[in-house]
Amino acid sequence: MTGPHPNGPKPARLTAGRIGLYAFLVVAALFFLLPLYTMVVTSLKSMDEIRLGQIFALPARLDFSAWATAWSGACMGTVCVGIRSGFWNSVAITVPAVVLSVFIGAVNGYALSLWRPRGANLLFGLLMAGGLIPYQIFLYPMVRVMANIELYNSLAGIILVHVIFGLPLVTLLFRNYFVSVPEELCKAARVDGAGFWRIFFEIMLPIAVPMVVVVSMLQFTGIWNDFLLGLVFAGRDNLPMTVQLNNIVNTTMGERTYNVNMAATILTALVPLAIYFLSGRWFVRGIAAGAVKG
Amino acid sequence: MPIKRKPNLAATIALLPTWFAAVAVFIGTMAWSIRLSFTNSTLFPSSTYVGFAQYSKLFSSAKWLASLQNVLIFGVLYVAGCLLLGFLLAAALDRKIRFESAFRTIFLYPYAMSFVVTGLIWQWMLNPTLGIQASVRSLGWESFVLDWVVNRDMAIYALVLAGVWQGAGLVMVIALAGMRGIEAEHWKAARIDGIPVWRIYISIILPQLGPALAAAGMLLAMGVIKTYDIVVAMTNGGPGNATEVPAKFIMDNLFGRQNLGLATAGATVLVLGVIIAVAPFRYAMHMRARAKGAA
Repeated sequence: MTGPHPNGPKPARLTAGRIGLYAFLVVAALFFLLPLYTMVVTSLKSMDEIRLGQIFALPARLDFSAWATAWSGACMGTVCVGIRSGFWNSVAITVPAVVLSVFIGAVNGYALSLWRPRGANLLFGLLMAGGLIPYQIFLYPMVRVMANIELYNSLAGIILVHVIFGLPLVTLLFRNYFVSVPEELCKAARVDGAGFWRIFFEIMLPIAVPMVVVVSMLQFTGIWNDFLLGLVFAGRDNLPMTVQLNNIVNTTMGERTYNVNMAATILTALVPLAIYFLSGRWFVRGIAAGAVKG
Repeated sequence: MPIKRKPNLAATIALLPTWFAAVAVFIGTMAWSIRLSFTNSTLFPSSTYVGFAQYSKLFSSAKWLASLQNVLIFGVLYVAGCLLLGFLLAAALDRKIRFESAFRTIFLYPYAMSFVVTGLIWQWMLNPTLGIQASVRSLGWESFVLDWVVNRDMAIYALVLAGVWQGAGLVMVIALAGMRGIEAEHWKAARIDGIPVWRIYISIILPQLGPALAAAGMLLAMGVIKTYDIVVAMTNGGPGNATEVPAKFIMDNLFGRQNLGLATAGATVLVLGVIIAVAPFRYAMHMRARAKGAA
Protein backbone atom coordinates (compact mmCIF):
# COMPACT_ATOMS: atom_id res chain seq x y z
CA MET A 1 0.00 0.00 0.00
CA THR A 2 1.90 3.06 -1.17
CA GLY A 3 -0.70 5.71 -1.82
CA PRO A 4 0.10 9.32 -0.95
CA HIS A 5 -0.01 9.83 2.78
CA PRO A 6 -2.25 12.66 3.95
CA ASN A 7 0.73 14.27 5.61
CA GLY A 8 2.15 14.94 2.16
CA PRO A 9 4.73 13.14 0.10
CA LYS A 10 7.54 11.36 1.88
CA PRO A 11 10.41 13.81 2.18
CA ALA A 12 13.03 13.05 -0.43
CA ARG A 13 15.91 14.41 1.64
CA LEU A 14 16.66 15.26 5.18
CA THR A 15 15.57 18.70 6.25
CA ALA A 16 16.54 20.39 9.51
CA GLY A 17 13.15 19.44 10.90
CA ARG A 18 13.62 15.78 10.04
CA ILE A 19 17.04 15.73 11.66
CA GLY A 20 15.57 17.30 14.79
CA LEU A 21 12.83 14.71 14.78
CA TYR A 22 15.26 11.82 14.57
CA ALA A 23 17.50 13.40 17.18
CA PHE A 24 14.55 13.58 19.57
CA LEU A 25 13.62 9.96 18.92
CA VAL A 26 17.17 8.71 19.34
CA VAL A 27 17.67 10.62 22.59
CA ALA A 28 14.35 9.31 23.85
CA ALA A 29 15.31 5.77 22.85
CA LEU A 30 18.58 6.11 24.79
CA PHE A 31 16.65 7.29 27.84
CA PHE A 32 14.39 4.25 27.64
CA LEU A 33 17.15 1.77 26.93
CA LEU A 34 19.77 3.04 29.37
CA PRO A 35 18.31 1.31 32.47
CA LEU A 36 18.03 -2.02 30.66
CA TYR A 37 21.59 -1.71 29.39
CA THR A 38 22.83 -0.78 32.87
CA MET A 39 21.09 -3.74 34.44
CA VAL A 40 22.50 -6.23 31.97
CA VAL A 41 26.01 -4.79 32.19
CA THR A 42 25.96 -4.70 35.99
CA SER A 43 24.72 -8.28 36.22
CA LEU A 44 27.74 -9.46 34.23
CA LYS A 45 30.37 -7.68 36.32
CA SER A 46 32.23 -8.81 39.40
CA MET A 47 31.77 -6.82 42.62
CA ASP A 48 35.35 -5.55 42.34
CA GLU A 49 34.53 -4.07 39.01
CA ILE A 50 31.27 -2.57 40.27
CA ARG A 51 33.11 -0.81 43.09
CA LEU A 52 35.03 1.20 40.50
CA GLY A 53 31.82 3.19 40.00
CA GLN A 54 31.68 2.93 36.21
CA ILE A 55 28.03 2.08 35.87
CA PHE A 56 27.92 2.38 32.08
CA ALA A 57 31.22 0.65 31.31
CA LEU A 58 31.12 -2.74 29.64
CA PRO A 59 32.26 -5.62 31.85
CA ALA A 60 35.97 -6.42 31.58
CA ARG A 61 35.06 -10.05 31.09
CA LEU A 62 31.72 -11.79 31.07
CA ASP A 63 30.96 -13.23 34.44
CA PHE A 64 27.72 -15.17 34.70
CA SER A 65 28.20 -16.21 38.30
CA ALA A 66 25.86 -13.46 39.55
CA TRP A 67 23.11 -14.99 37.44
CA ALA A 68 23.67 -18.40 38.95
CA THR A 69 23.64 -16.89 42.44
CA ALA A 70 20.52 -14.87 41.74
CA TRP A 71 18.73 -17.95 40.49
CA SER A 72 19.67 -20.41 43.18
CA GLY A 73 21.75 -18.84 45.94
CA ALA A 74 20.74 -15.26 46.69
CA CYS A 75 19.66 -14.55 50.25
CA MET A 76 16.32 -13.30 51.51
CA GLY A 77 17.13 -12.46 55.08
CA THR A 78 18.78 -15.60 56.36
CA VAL A 79 17.46 -17.97 53.73
CA CYS A 80 19.74 -18.32 50.72
CA VAL A 81 17.94 -20.26 48.03
CA GLY A 82 17.79 -17.72 45.24
CA ILE A 83 14.83 -16.42 43.31
CA ARG A 84 14.12 -19.81 41.75
CA SER A 85 11.38 -20.71 44.21
CA GLY A 86 9.75 -17.34 43.62
CA PHE A 87 9.74 -18.00 39.91
CA TRP A 88 7.87 -21.26 40.35
CA ASN A 89 5.55 -19.67 42.88
CA SER A 90 4.72 -16.95 40.37
CA VAL A 91 4.01 -19.59 37.73
CA ALA A 92 1.81 -21.54 40.13
CA ILE A 93 -0.12 -18.39 41.06
CA THR A 94 -0.37 -16.77 37.66
CA VAL A 95 -1.40 -19.64 35.40
CA PRO A 96 -4.49 -20.81 37.31
CA ALA A 97 -5.46 -17.24 38.21
CA VAL A 98 -5.36 -16.21 34.54
CA VAL A 99 -7.31 -19.25 33.35
CA LEU A 100 -9.98 -18.85 36.02
CA SER A 101 -10.37 -15.10 35.77
CA VAL A 102 -10.54 -15.14 31.97
CA PHE A 103 -13.12 -17.93 32.00
CA ILE A 104 -15.32 -16.31 34.63
CA GLY A 105 -14.90 -12.92 32.99
CA ALA A 106 -15.96 -14.34 29.62
CA VAL A 107 -19.04 -15.96 31.14
CA ASN A 108 -19.86 -12.72 32.93
CA GLY A 109 -19.45 -10.62 29.84
CA TYR A 110 -21.59 -13.00 27.83
CA ALA A 111 -24.34 -13.22 30.45
CA LEU A 112 -24.36 -9.50 31.11
CA SER A 113 -24.47 -8.41 27.48
CA LEU A 114 -26.54 -11.06 25.70
CA TRP A 115 -28.83 -12.38 28.44
CA ARG A 116 -29.13 -9.50 30.84
CA PRO A 117 -30.77 -11.31 33.73
CA ARG A 118 -32.41 -9.35 36.50
CA GLY A 119 -29.98 -7.06 38.25
CA ALA A 120 -27.39 -7.22 35.46
CA ASN A 121 -26.89 -3.47 35.41
CA LEU A 122 -26.60 -3.28 39.17
CA LEU A 123 -24.01 -6.07 39.22
CA PHE A 124 -22.04 -4.41 36.47
CA GLY A 125 -22.12 -1.08 38.30
CA LEU A 126 -20.95 -2.70 41.53
CA LEU A 127 -18.10 -4.43 39.73
CA MET A 128 -16.96 -1.24 38.06
CA ALA A 129 -17.04 0.63 41.36
CA GLY A 130 -15.12 -2.21 43.00
CA GLY A 131 -12.51 -1.99 40.27
CA LEU A 132 -11.85 1.68 40.99
CA ILE A 133 -11.44 1.45 44.73
CA PRO A 134 -7.95 1.11 46.24
CA TYR A 135 -7.22 -2.37 47.56
CA GLN A 136 -6.23 -1.09 50.98
CA ILE A 137 -9.84 -0.78 52.08
CA PHE A 138 -10.52 -4.47 51.37
CA LEU A 139 -7.37 -5.97 52.81
CA TYR A 140 -7.86 -6.39 56.53
CA PRO A 141 -11.34 -7.95 56.45
CA MET A 142 -10.26 -10.18 53.58
CA VAL A 143 -7.29 -11.40 55.57
CA ARG A 144 -9.62 -12.19 58.47
CA VAL A 145 -12.13 -14.02 56.30
CA MET A 146 -9.44 -15.94 54.45
CA ALA A 147 -7.89 -16.95 57.76
CA ASN A 148 -11.26 -18.20 58.98
CA ILE A 149 -11.80 -20.37 55.93
CA GLU A 150 -8.15 -21.45 56.08
CA LEU A 151 -7.17 -19.98 52.75
CA TYR A 152 -4.91 -17.28 54.16
CA ASN A 153 -1.24 -17.82 53.28
CA SER A 154 -2.10 -20.55 50.79
CA LEU A 155 -1.70 -20.94 47.07
CA ALA A 156 -5.45 -21.36 46.60
CA GLY A 157 -5.98 -18.20 48.63
CA ILE A 158 -3.73 -15.95 46.57
CA ILE A 159 -5.19 -17.35 43.35
CA LEU A 160 -8.70 -16.65 44.58
CA VAL A 161 -7.74 -13.09 45.52
CA HIS A 162 -6.30 -12.46 42.06
CA VAL A 163 -9.41 -13.85 40.41
CA ILE A 164 -11.68 -11.65 42.53
CA PHE A 165 -9.70 -8.48 41.96
CA GLY A 166 -9.36 -9.28 38.25
CA LEU A 167 -13.11 -9.60 37.73
CA PRO A 168 -13.95 -5.92 37.13
CA LEU A 169 -11.53 -5.36 34.26
CA VAL A 170 -11.95 -8.78 32.68
CA THR A 171 -15.73 -8.61 32.83
CA LEU A 172 -15.71 -5.10 31.38
CA LEU A 173 -13.59 -6.10 28.41
CA PHE A 174 -15.66 -9.19 27.61
CA ARG A 175 -18.93 -7.35 28.06
CA ASN A 176 -17.83 -4.66 25.63
CA TYR A 177 -16.76 -7.37 23.22
CA PHE A 178 -19.97 -9.38 23.38
CA VAL A 179 -22.15 -6.28 23.10
CA SER A 180 -20.89 -5.93 19.53
CA VAL A 181 -21.82 -9.53 18.61
CA PRO A 182 -25.00 -9.54 16.50
CA GLU A 183 -27.90 -10.64 18.65
CA GLU A 184 -29.43 -12.63 15.78
CA LEU A 185 -26.65 -15.16 16.25
CA CYS A 186 -27.80 -15.83 19.76
CA LYS A 187 -31.45 -15.83 18.80
CA ALA A 188 -30.92 -18.26 15.95
CA ALA A 189 -29.10 -20.65 18.26
CA ARG A 190 -31.92 -20.42 20.74
CA VAL A 191 -34.46 -21.23 18.07
CA ASP A 192 -32.38 -24.31 17.35
CA GLY A 193 -32.75 -25.28 20.98
CA ALA A 194 -29.33 -24.39 22.34
CA GLY A 195 -29.19 -23.22 25.94
CA PHE A 196 -27.08 -20.72 27.84
CA TRP A 197 -23.97 -22.89 28.15
CA ARG A 198 -24.15 -24.46 24.69
CA ILE A 199 -24.37 -21.07 23.04
CA PHE A 200 -21.47 -19.94 25.16
CA PHE A 201 -19.16 -22.85 24.43
CA GLU A 202 -20.07 -23.51 20.81
CA ILE A 203 -20.68 -20.02 19.46
CA MET A 204 -19.58 -17.21 21.71
CA LEU A 205 -16.31 -18.52 23.08
CA PRO A 206 -14.96 -19.40 19.61
CA ILE A 207 -15.98 -15.94 18.37
CA ALA A 208 -14.23 -14.35 21.32
CA VAL A 209 -10.88 -16.08 20.87
CA PRO A 210 -9.06 -12.84 19.96
CA MET A 211 -10.43 -11.19 23.10
CA VAL A 212 -9.46 -14.23 25.16
CA VAL A 213 -5.90 -13.85 23.94
CA VAL A 214 -5.81 -10.12 24.62
CA VAL A 215 -7.30 -10.42 28.09
CA SER A 216 -5.06 -13.36 28.99
CA MET A 217 -2.04 -11.31 28.05
CA LEU A 218 -3.25 -8.39 30.13
CA GLN A 219 -4.05 -10.58 33.13
CA PHE A 220 -0.85 -12.56 32.87
CA THR A 221 1.42 -9.54 33.01
CA GLY A 222 -0.77 -7.88 35.63
CA ILE A 223 -0.73 -10.86 37.99
CA TRP A 224 2.92 -11.68 37.37
CA ASN A 225 3.85 -8.08 38.17
CA ASP A 226 1.68 -7.86 41.29
CA PHE A 227 3.45 -7.11 44.53
CA LEU A 228 0.88 -6.01 47.08
CA LEU A 229 -1.52 -8.96 46.96
CA GLY A 230 1.30 -11.49 46.91
CA LEU A 231 2.88 -9.80 49.88
CA VAL A 232 -0.33 -9.89 51.92
CA PHE A 233 -2.04 -13.11 50.91
CA ALA A 234 0.47 -15.60 49.51
CA GLY A 235 2.23 -16.58 52.70
CA ARG A 236 5.90 -17.35 53.20
CA ASP A 237 5.91 -20.53 51.13
CA ASN A 238 4.19 -19.06 48.09
CA LEU A 239 5.71 -15.59 47.79
CA PRO A 240 5.74 -14.49 44.16
CA MET A 241 8.92 -13.46 42.43
CA THR A 242 8.34 -9.73 42.80
CA VAL A 243 8.13 -9.97 46.59
CA GLN A 244 11.20 -12.20 46.82
CA LEU A 245 13.08 -9.85 44.54
CA ASN A 246 12.38 -6.92 46.80
CA ASN A 247 13.42 -9.00 49.80
CA ILE A 248 16.70 -9.92 48.15
CA VAL A 249 17.55 -6.37 47.17
CA ASN A 250 16.23 -4.34 50.04
CA THR A 251 16.73 -6.43 53.16
CA THR A 252 20.09 -8.08 52.71
CA MET A 253 22.63 -7.65 55.45
CA GLY A 254 26.26 -6.83 54.83
CA GLU A 255 27.52 -5.58 51.52
CA ARG A 256 25.00 -5.39 48.75
CA THR A 257 25.80 -7.61 45.82
CA TYR A 258 24.61 -5.35 43.06
CA ASN A 259 25.45 -7.79 40.30
CA VAL A 260 23.26 -10.45 41.91
CA ASN A 261 20.53 -7.89 42.54
CA MET A 262 20.48 -6.82 38.92
CA ALA A 263 20.52 -10.40 37.66
CA ALA A 264 17.56 -11.17 39.94
CA THR A 265 15.76 -8.07 38.68
CA ILE A 266 16.23 -9.10 35.07
CA LEU A 267 15.05 -12.62 35.85
CA THR A 268 11.89 -11.20 37.40
CA ALA A 269 11.23 -8.97 34.40
CA LEU A 270 11.98 -11.71 31.90
CA VAL A 271 8.57 -13.36 31.67
CA PRO A 272 6.52 -10.21 31.03
CA LEU A 273 9.22 -8.94 28.69
CA ALA A 274 9.18 -12.21 26.77
CA ILE A 275 5.40 -11.95 26.46
CA TYR A 276 5.75 -8.37 25.28
CA PHE A 277 8.40 -9.11 22.67
CA LEU A 278 6.86 -12.34 21.43
CA SER A 279 3.24 -11.28 21.34
CA GLY A 280 3.88 -7.72 20.17
CA ARG A 281 0.66 -6.47 18.72
CA TRP A 282 -1.52 -8.61 21.00
CA PHE A 283 0.09 -7.19 24.07
CA VAL A 284 -0.30 -3.65 22.79
CA ARG A 285 -3.93 -4.28 21.97
CA GLY A 286 -4.44 -5.67 25.45
CA ILE A 287 -3.02 -2.73 27.32
CA ALA A 288 -4.72 -0.27 24.98
CA ALA A 289 -8.06 -1.99 25.56
CA GLY A 290 -7.45 -2.12 29.29
CA ALA A 291 -6.43 1.51 29.37
CA VAL A 292 -9.09 3.11 27.23
CA LYS A 293 -11.98 1.11 28.59
CA GLY A 294 -10.83 0.71 32.17
CA MET B 1 -32.53 -5.92 23.54
CA PRO B 2 -32.86 -8.79 26.02
CA ILE B 3 -33.52 -12.13 24.40
CA LYS B 4 -36.49 -13.05 26.54
CA ARG B 5 -37.29 -12.57 30.15
CA LYS B 6 -38.04 -16.15 31.01
CA PRO B 7 -35.11 -18.52 30.53
CA ASN B 8 -32.70 -16.43 32.55
CA LEU B 9 -32.07 -19.02 35.21
CA ALA B 10 -28.80 -20.31 33.76
CA ALA B 11 -27.52 -16.76 33.27
CA THR B 12 -28.48 -15.84 36.82
CA ILE B 13 -26.74 -18.90 38.22
CA ALA B 14 -23.66 -18.23 36.12
CA LEU B 15 -23.40 -14.79 37.63
CA LEU B 16 -23.73 -15.93 41.22
CA PRO B 17 -19.99 -16.15 41.97
CA THR B 18 -19.57 -12.64 40.64
CA TRP B 19 -22.49 -11.40 42.72
CA PHE B 20 -20.77 -12.92 45.69
CA ALA B 21 -17.50 -11.17 44.85
CA ALA B 22 -19.21 -7.83 44.27
CA VAL B 23 -21.44 -7.85 47.34
CA ALA B 24 -19.47 -9.82 49.92
CA VAL B 25 -15.97 -8.83 48.94
CA PHE B 26 -16.21 -5.37 47.48
CA ILE B 27 -19.08 -3.97 49.52
CA GLY B 28 -18.88 -6.19 52.59
CA THR B 29 -15.19 -5.75 53.33
CA MET B 30 -15.34 -2.05 52.55
CA ALA B 31 -18.20 -1.57 55.01
CA TRP B 32 -16.25 -3.59 57.58
CA SER B 33 -13.15 -1.45 57.11
CA ILE B 34 -15.11 1.78 57.30
CA ARG B 35 -16.74 0.59 60.51
CA LEU B 36 -13.33 -0.24 61.98
CA SER B 37 -12.17 3.28 61.23
CA PHE B 38 -14.66 4.57 63.81
CA THR B 39 -13.38 2.27 66.56
CA ASN B 40 -10.27 2.29 68.72
CA SER B 41 -8.98 -0.93 67.15
CA THR B 42 -5.27 -1.47 67.38
CA LEU B 43 -3.80 -4.94 67.00
CA PHE B 44 -7.22 -6.56 67.23
CA PRO B 45 -10.49 -5.13 66.03
CA SER B 46 -12.43 -3.51 68.83
CA SER B 47 -16.07 -2.55 68.94
CA THR B 48 -15.58 0.56 71.05
CA TYR B 49 -16.71 3.47 68.94
CA VAL B 50 -14.64 6.59 69.13
CA GLY B 51 -16.35 8.68 66.47
CA PHE B 52 -13.95 10.60 64.30
CA ALA B 53 -11.04 10.26 66.74
CA GLN B 54 -8.98 8.13 64.34
CA TYR B 55 -9.55 10.68 61.61
CA SER B 56 -8.38 13.56 63.75
CA LYS B 57 -5.38 11.49 64.81
CA LEU B 58 -4.75 10.76 61.16
CA PHE B 59 -4.81 14.38 60.13
CA SER B 60 -2.57 15.42 62.99
CA SER B 61 0.01 12.83 61.94
CA ALA B 62 2.96 14.48 60.25
CA LYS B 63 3.64 11.30 58.34
CA TRP B 64 0.13 11.13 56.87
CA LEU B 65 0.17 14.80 55.91
CA ALA B 66 3.57 14.36 54.31
CA SER B 67 2.28 11.33 52.45
CA LEU B 68 -0.67 13.30 51.08
CA GLN B 69 1.59 16.09 49.93
CA ASN B 70 4.01 13.61 48.36
CA VAL B 71 1.33 11.74 46.48
CA LEU B 72 -0.05 15.01 45.18
CA ILE B 73 3.33 16.18 43.89
CA PHE B 74 4.15 12.77 42.50
CA GLY B 75 0.71 12.34 40.96
CA VAL B 76 0.58 15.68 39.16
CA LEU B 77 4.12 15.41 37.79
CA TYR B 78 3.82 11.73 36.91
CA VAL B 79 0.53 12.07 35.04
CA ALA B 80 1.60 15.30 33.33
CA GLY B 81 5.01 13.84 32.49
CA CYS B 82 3.58 10.65 31.02
CA LEU B 83 0.99 12.57 28.99
CA LEU B 84 3.49 15.10 27.67
CA LEU B 85 6.28 12.67 26.81
CA GLY B 86 3.85 10.08 25.50
CA PHE B 87 2.16 12.64 23.24
CA LEU B 88 5.49 13.98 21.96
CA LEU B 89 6.73 10.47 21.20
CA ALA B 90 3.51 9.63 19.39
CA ALA B 91 3.60 12.85 17.38
CA ALA B 92 7.20 12.17 16.39
CA LEU B 93 6.45 8.59 15.39
CA ASP B 94 3.44 9.76 13.41
CA ARG B 95 5.75 11.65 11.01
CA LYS B 96 6.57 8.67 8.80
CA ILE B 97 9.68 7.63 10.62
CA ARG B 98 12.08 4.88 9.68
CA PHE B 99 12.33 2.04 12.19
CA GLU B 100 9.03 3.15 13.66
CA SER B 101 8.20 -0.23 15.14
CA ALA B 102 11.64 -0.53 16.73
CA PHE B 103 11.17 2.84 18.41
CA ARG B 104 7.68 1.88 19.53
CA THR B 105 8.97 -1.34 21.06
CA ILE B 106 11.68 0.53 22.95
CA PHE B 107 9.33 3.17 24.32
CA LEU B 108 6.77 0.68 25.56
CA TYR B 109 8.82 -2.15 27.04
CA PRO B 110 9.11 -0.60 30.52
CA TYR B 111 5.33 -0.72 30.80
CA ALA B 112 5.47 -4.51 30.62
CA MET B 113 7.55 -4.65 33.77
CA SER B 114 6.58 -4.59 37.42
CA PHE B 115 6.78 -1.39 39.45
CA VAL B 116 9.11 -3.27 41.78
CA VAL B 117 11.49 -3.92 38.92
CA THR B 118 11.25 -0.31 37.77
CA GLY B 119 11.94 0.95 41.28
CA LEU B 120 14.99 -1.28 41.70
CA ILE B 121 16.47 -0.34 38.33
CA TRP B 122 16.26 3.35 39.07
CA GLN B 123 17.46 2.92 42.62
CA TRP B 124 20.60 1.42 41.10
CA MET B 125 21.02 4.11 38.42
CA LEU B 126 20.59 6.87 40.98
CA ASN B 127 22.81 5.27 43.62
CA PRO B 128 25.10 8.22 44.49
CA THR B 129 28.25 6.25 45.25
CA LEU B 130 28.20 3.78 42.38
CA GLY B 131 25.57 4.98 39.92
CA ILE B 132 25.36 7.74 37.34
CA GLN B 133 26.79 10.34 39.71
CA ALA B 134 30.01 8.39 40.30
CA SER B 135 30.34 7.62 36.62
CA VAL B 136 30.01 11.24 35.52
CA ARG B 137 32.38 12.41 38.25
CA SER B 138 35.02 9.97 37.14
CA LEU B 139 34.84 11.57 33.71
CA GLY B 140 36.23 14.72 35.31
CA TRP B 141 33.08 16.62 36.28
CA GLU B 142 33.85 16.37 40.00
CA SER B 143 30.98 18.50 41.26
CA PHE B 144 28.26 16.60 39.39
CA VAL B 145 25.36 15.74 41.69
CA LEU B 146 22.63 13.20 41.03
CA ASP B 147 21.80 11.97 44.50
CA TRP B 148 18.02 12.12 44.25
CA VAL B 149 17.16 8.89 46.03
CA VAL B 150 19.04 9.91 49.17
CA ASN B 151 18.22 13.61 49.05
CA ARG B 152 15.14 14.68 51.00
CA ASP B 153 14.24 17.45 48.60
CA MET B 154 14.73 15.40 45.45
CA ALA B 155 13.63 11.87 46.32
CA ILE B 156 10.07 12.45 45.17
CA TYR B 157 11.36 13.54 41.76
CA ALA B 158 13.36 10.35 41.52
CA LEU B 159 10.05 8.52 41.81
CA VAL B 160 8.55 10.75 39.13
CA LEU B 161 11.48 10.02 36.81
CA ALA B 162 11.10 6.27 37.25
CA GLY B 163 7.33 6.50 36.94
CA VAL B 164 7.42 8.49 33.72
CA TRP B 165 10.00 6.10 32.30
CA GLN B 166 7.59 3.28 33.04
CA GLY B 167 4.32 4.88 31.96
CA ALA B 168 5.00 7.21 29.02
CA GLY B 169 4.89 4.34 26.53
CA LEU B 170 1.28 3.62 27.40
CA VAL B 171 0.25 7.17 26.54
CA MET B 172 2.29 6.93 23.34
CA VAL B 173 0.42 3.80 22.24
CA ILE B 174 -2.96 5.36 22.93
CA ALA B 175 -2.09 8.68 21.30
CA LEU B 176 -0.56 7.03 18.26
CA ALA B 177 -3.64 4.87 17.75
CA GLY B 178 -5.73 8.03 17.96
CA MET B 179 -3.56 9.91 15.48
CA ARG B 180 -3.79 7.08 12.97
CA GLY B 181 -7.56 7.25 13.25
CA ILE B 182 -7.79 10.93 12.34
CA GLU B 183 -9.31 11.56 8.95
CA ALA B 184 -7.15 12.54 6.04
CA GLU B 185 -9.49 15.43 5.26
CA HIS B 186 -8.32 17.32 8.31
CA TRP B 187 -4.73 17.01 7.20
CA LYS B 188 -5.46 18.08 3.64
CA ALA B 189 -7.47 21.10 4.69
CA ALA B 190 -4.84 22.22 7.17
CA ARG B 191 -2.00 21.71 4.71
CA ILE B 192 -3.80 23.69 2.00
CA ASP B 193 -4.22 26.54 4.46
CA GLY B 194 -0.48 26.42 5.03
CA ILE B 195 -0.69 25.73 8.73
CA PRO B 196 2.64 24.47 10.13
CA VAL B 197 2.75 20.88 11.25
CA TRP B 198 3.30 21.60 14.94
CA ARG B 199 0.24 23.88 14.92
CA ILE B 200 -1.81 21.09 13.38
CA TYR B 201 -0.79 18.76 16.17
CA ILE B 202 -1.67 21.25 18.87
CA SER B 203 -4.83 22.79 17.43
CA ILE B 204 -6.36 19.93 15.46
CA ILE B 205 -4.95 16.59 16.57
CA LEU B 206 -4.68 17.23 20.30
CA PRO B 207 -8.35 18.22 20.77
CA GLN B 208 -9.48 15.15 18.86
CA LEU B 209 -7.35 12.93 21.05
CA GLY B 210 -8.87 14.58 24.11
CA PRO B 211 -11.14 11.73 25.24
CA ALA B 212 -8.48 9.03 24.70
CA LEU B 213 -5.84 11.07 26.53
CA ALA B 214 -8.29 11.85 29.31
CA ALA B 215 -8.94 8.14 29.72
CA ALA B 216 -5.20 7.44 29.82
CA GLY B 217 -4.67 10.23 32.33
CA MET B 218 -7.52 8.87 34.40
CA LEU B 219 -5.96 5.42 34.41
CA LEU B 220 -2.57 6.81 35.44
CA ALA B 221 -4.22 8.88 38.16
CA MET B 222 -5.94 5.79 39.54
CA GLY B 223 -2.53 4.16 39.65
CA VAL B 224 -1.17 7.14 41.57
CA ILE B 225 -3.64 6.67 44.40
CA LYS B 226 -2.54 3.05 44.66
CA THR B 227 1.17 3.90 44.46
CA TYR B 228 2.95 1.47 46.72
CA ASP B 229 5.26 -1.01 44.98
CA ILE B 230 7.53 1.53 43.36
CA VAL B 231 8.02 3.40 46.62
CA VAL B 232 8.76 0.25 48.59
CA ALA B 233 11.27 -0.88 45.98
CA MET B 234 12.97 2.44 45.36
CA THR B 235 13.09 4.47 48.58
CA ASN B 236 10.88 2.70 51.13
CA GLY B 237 9.34 6.05 51.98
CA GLY B 238 12.59 7.76 52.85
CA PRO B 239 14.76 9.61 53.33
CA GLY B 240 12.76 10.70 56.36
CA ASN B 241 9.18 10.99 55.14
CA ALA B 242 10.22 12.39 51.77
CA THR B 243 8.55 9.66 49.70
CA GLU B 244 5.97 8.38 52.15
CA VAL B 245 2.67 7.78 50.33
CA PRO B 246 -0.84 7.11 51.70
CA ALA B 247 -1.06 3.53 50.40
CA LYS B 248 2.18 2.73 52.19
CA PHE B 249 1.13 4.55 55.34
CA ILE B 250 -2.00 2.39 55.41
CA MET B 251 -0.10 -0.84 54.79
CA ASP B 252 2.44 -0.03 57.48
CA ASN B 253 -0.24 0.67 60.05
CA LEU B 254 -2.33 -2.30 58.96
CA PHE B 255 0.36 -4.97 59.10
CA GLY B 256 3.49 -3.47 60.60
CA ARG B 257 2.35 -1.20 63.41
CA GLN B 258 -0.90 -2.98 64.10
CA ASN B 259 -2.88 0.19 64.14
CA LEU B 260 -6.12 -0.97 62.57
CA GLY B 261 -8.28 2.01 63.38
CA LEU B 262 -5.84 4.51 61.97
CA ALA B 263 -5.10 2.39 58.91
CA THR B 264 -8.76 1.91 58.03
CA ALA B 265 -9.40 5.61 58.55
CA GLY B 266 -6.62 6.30 56.05
CA ALA B 267 -8.07 3.77 53.63
CA THR B 268 -11.51 5.38 53.94
CA VAL B 269 -10.00 8.77 53.11
CA LEU B 270 -8.37 7.22 50.02
CA VAL B 271 -11.70 5.81 48.87
CA LEU B 272 -13.31 9.21 49.32
CA GLY B 273 -10.44 10.66 47.32
CA VAL B 274 -11.12 8.26 44.47
CA ILE B 275 -14.84 9.06 44.49
CA ILE B 276 -14.13 12.78 44.43
CA ALA B 277 -11.62 12.32 41.59
CA VAL B 278 -13.79 10.03 39.49
CA ALA B 279 -17.22 11.57 40.00
CA PRO B 280 -16.78 14.63 37.75
CA PHE B 281 -15.29 12.48 35.02
CA ARG B 282 -18.13 9.95 35.17
CA TYR B 283 -20.67 12.77 35.27
CA ALA B 284 -19.14 14.37 32.17
CA MET B 285 -19.26 11.04 30.34
CA HIS B 286 -22.83 10.48 31.40
CA MET B 287 -23.85 13.95 30.20
CA ARG B 288 -22.05 13.47 26.91
CA ALA B 289 -23.79 10.12 26.40
CA ARG B 290 -27.13 11.78 27.11
CA ALA B 291 -26.37 14.67 24.76
CA LYS B 292 -25.52 12.19 22.04
CA GLY B 293 -28.70 10.25 22.71
CA ALA B 294 -30.78 13.41 22.42
CA ALA B 295 -29.15 14.55 19.20
